[in-house]
Amino acid sequence: MNYFYFPLEQWTNTFVNEWFLPTFSSAFESISVVLNSFVDFVTNTLLFIPAELFTLILVLIAWRLGGKGLAFFTLIGMLYLGSVDIWEESMNTLSIVIVSTFVSLVIGIPVGIFSAMNNKVQAIVRPTLDFMQTLPSFVYLIPAVLLFGLGGVSAVIATFIFAAPPAVRMTNLGIRHVPKEVIEASKAFGSTSKQLLFKVQLPLAVPSIMAGVNQTIMLSLSMAVIASMIGAPGLGATVLTSISRVNIGLGLVGGLGIVVLAIILDRITQGIGQNTK
Amino acid sequence: MSKISVSDITKVFGPNPKQGLERLNQGYSKDDILADTGNTVGVNRASFDVEEGEIFVIMGLSGSGKSTLIRLVNRLIEPTSGHVYIDDEEITNMNKDELIEARRQKLGMVFQNFGLFPHRTVIGNVAYGLEIQGVEKEEQIEKAKQSIADVGLNGYENSYPSELSGGMQQRVGLARALANDTDILLMDEAFSALDPLIRKDMQDELLRLQKRLGKTVLFITHDLDEALKLGDRIAIMKDGQIVQIGSSEEILENPANDYVSNFVKDVDRSKVLDASQVMRRPEVLTTYKNGPRTAVRKMEEFGASSIFVVDRDERFQGLLTIDDAIRSYKEDIPMEDVLKRDVHTTTPDTALNDLIGIAVDTKYPIVVLSEDNKLLGIISRVSILSGLVLGKEHDEEVTEA
Repeated sequence: MNYFYFPLEQWTNTFVNEWFLPTFSSAFESISVVLNSFVDFVTNTLLFIPAELFTLILVLIAWRLGGKGLAFFTLIGMLYLGSVDIWEESMNTLSIVIVSTFVSLVIGIPVGIFSAMNNKVQAIVRPTLDFMQTLPSFVYLIPAVLLFGLGGVSAVIATFIFAAPPAVRMTNLGIRHVPKEVIEASKAFGSTSKQLLFKVQLPLAVPSIMAGVNQTIMLSLSMAVIASMIGAPGLGATVLTSISRVNIGLGLVGGLGIVVLAIILDRITQGIGQNTK
Repeated sequence: MSKISVSDITKVFGPNPKQGLERLNQGYSKDDILADTGNTVGVNRASFDVEEGEIFVIMGLSGSGKSTLIRLVNRLIEPTSGHVYIDDEEITNMNKDELIEARRQKLGMVFQNFGLFPHRTVIGNVAYGLEIQGVEKEEQIEKAKQSIADVGLNGYENSYPSELSGGMQQRVGLARALANDTDILLMDEAFSALDPLIRKDMQDELLRLQKRLGKTVLFITHDLDEALKLGDRIAIMKDGQIVQIGSSEEILENPANDYVSNFVKDVDRSKVLDASQVMRRPEVLTTYKNGPRTAVRKMEEFGASSIFVVDRDERFQGLLTIDDAIRSYKEDIPMEDVLKRDVHTTTPDTALNDLIGIAVDTKYPIVVLSEDNKLLGIISRVSILSGLVLGKEHDEEVTEA
C-alpha cells in the first residue's frame, strides 16, 4: 500500500524540535514550575500529617460518606499501607492523583458546561476527547517528558490527558439531561442564562458530574502507575522496580497498595455522588 | 384594550423557516410546504385577543400547534413572524432584558408535567420567581407561603416535589405561578397529566382562584369538556390554524365548519347548555279572557293537545289540556279552576343536566320563567331526553321539527 511515502515521523520531529520546543519552551517552563510546586506542596502536606492523624481523618470521612463497612475497610487498608512500609509511596501517588484530578476538574467541568450550552463547542470537544482517550498513553508520555522533563509534572500532564475526558463528558451529559420542561419553567419565570445555569442546570447535573469526578479519580490512579515510567514517584515506581528486578513479593505489595487506594477513593466519591441525589 | 393581543403569529420549524413562511403566504398548505421544503408549520397566522379577567381556552388535538402557540406568547419559542402584545406592549420586538422583565412582571406559567425543580422544596419552587428577581428573602418566604396557602398546600412547604402526588405537584406549579403576582397565567395542558377526579378538583380550584384573584388565563387543552367548562371563550385549533373562536354555546350551536361540528358532536351538551339555549317560544298561548272555546280552536289549529295560559302581562298561569278545556266549556267551569298548575318551571340559566330528573318525572314540557314569572319559553321533554340517548344531530332534528 505504500504508493507514496508520508514522512509523518520526520516532519513531527522537525516540527517539535525546531519550532515547537524553542517557541514555547518558556511557556512550558512556567507551567512546569507552577505544577511542580503544587505537586510538592500536596506531597509535603500529606507527608507532614502524621500517618495516624491522616488515617483517622480518612476513616471519619469514609464513615460519613460510605458507612461503617467502608470506614472499617479504610482503617484496615491504611494499616496495610503502613505495615508493608509503602506509606510514603502511597502519599506520593495520592498527591499526583489529587493534583491531576484537580487540574482535570478545573478545566474539564467548564469545558463540559460550554459544550452542553453550545453544539458547535461540542462538535469540537467530542472528537478531541475521543482522541485523548484512545491515543495510547505511551505516545503522549514521550512529548510530556520532552516538554516538562522527567518527574511529577509530566505525570500530572499525562494523567490529565487520560483522566479529564469523563469529567467533560459527564458534565455535558448531566446538563443536557435536565428535563426540557424544567428549563422552560426557569426561563418562563424570567431567569437570566446565568441564573438558569447556576440555579437549575448545574444543581440538577451534580449527580452526573459526581459520577464523572469519580471516573476521573479512578483513571488518575491507574495512570499514576503508568506515569512512574517517566519518573513519577510513588506506588507505580514500586511496581516498576519489582518488574525490573523480577521481585514478585514487592510487586504484590505495591499492587495491593494501589488497589487499597483505588477502592477507598472510589467508594468515598461515590458516596458524595449519592448524597447529592 | 385587550390584555393579550396576538396577531398573525406564525411559527415555522425546520431548516429554512423564511422559505416556509413565504410559501405559507403564497397559500400553500402545511403538507405541501413540508413535502417541498422540509419545513414544518407549527402555528399558521393565528390571531386572537384575550380580555382582562377572562379565561381563554385554546383547544386542539395533539399536533394542532396549541402548545407551540402558548410558547410564542412568552417567547419560549421565537415566532417566525407576527406580533404579540401584552398590555399594549409588544413582546415580539423586545430585547433579551426587556423580555426577561416582562416574563417576571406579567407572565406566570404552569406546565403539563409540572416542570418543578426537583432539587428544591415546595417553598423553594414557589419562591423561585421572586428569588431570581432579587426580592428580599423575608418577602419571598411570605409571598410564597401566601400562594401555597392559596392552593391549599399548607404544611407541605418543606417537602420535595418527588414526595407529593401528581395533583399536589400541580398545585405547587400553580402556586409558583401565583407567587409572582402576574396578571396573566399561561397554562399549558396544566391538568392533562392528572387523573379525572383530581383534574376536576383542579378545574374547580382554578375557577375559584380566578374568581377571587381576577387573573387573565390563557389555557391550553386537548380536552373539549375541560375547554367548555373553563373557557369564557374558546379557540379551536387545527393544523396550526385557529378555526373558530367563540363561547361554549356559540361553538356547540354554530360550529364554524365540519371539523368543529365533528369535534363537538359527542359532547355531553347537557353539561354545557342551559335552559335558555334549548327552550323555544311556545307556539300556542292563550289568556283567561279568551275563554275555553278560543283555547280549543287554537289547539286544533296547531294540532296540539294542550296550551299554555298566561295573564295580560304574559305571566305564566298554567297548562290547559284539551280534556280540561272541553270540560270547562261544557260544564261552564272557569278556566282558572281546571288549569294544571303543577307544571315544572325553571330559570333560563339552569344547566340542562339539572333538568334531566324533572324531564323524566313529568308528563308535560318544562316551562322557563323569568324572575318576574314571565313565560320565556318551553322545553319539550324530548329535547332533553333524546339528547341523552341519540346525541346532538338527532336531537336537533327533533327540536326543530
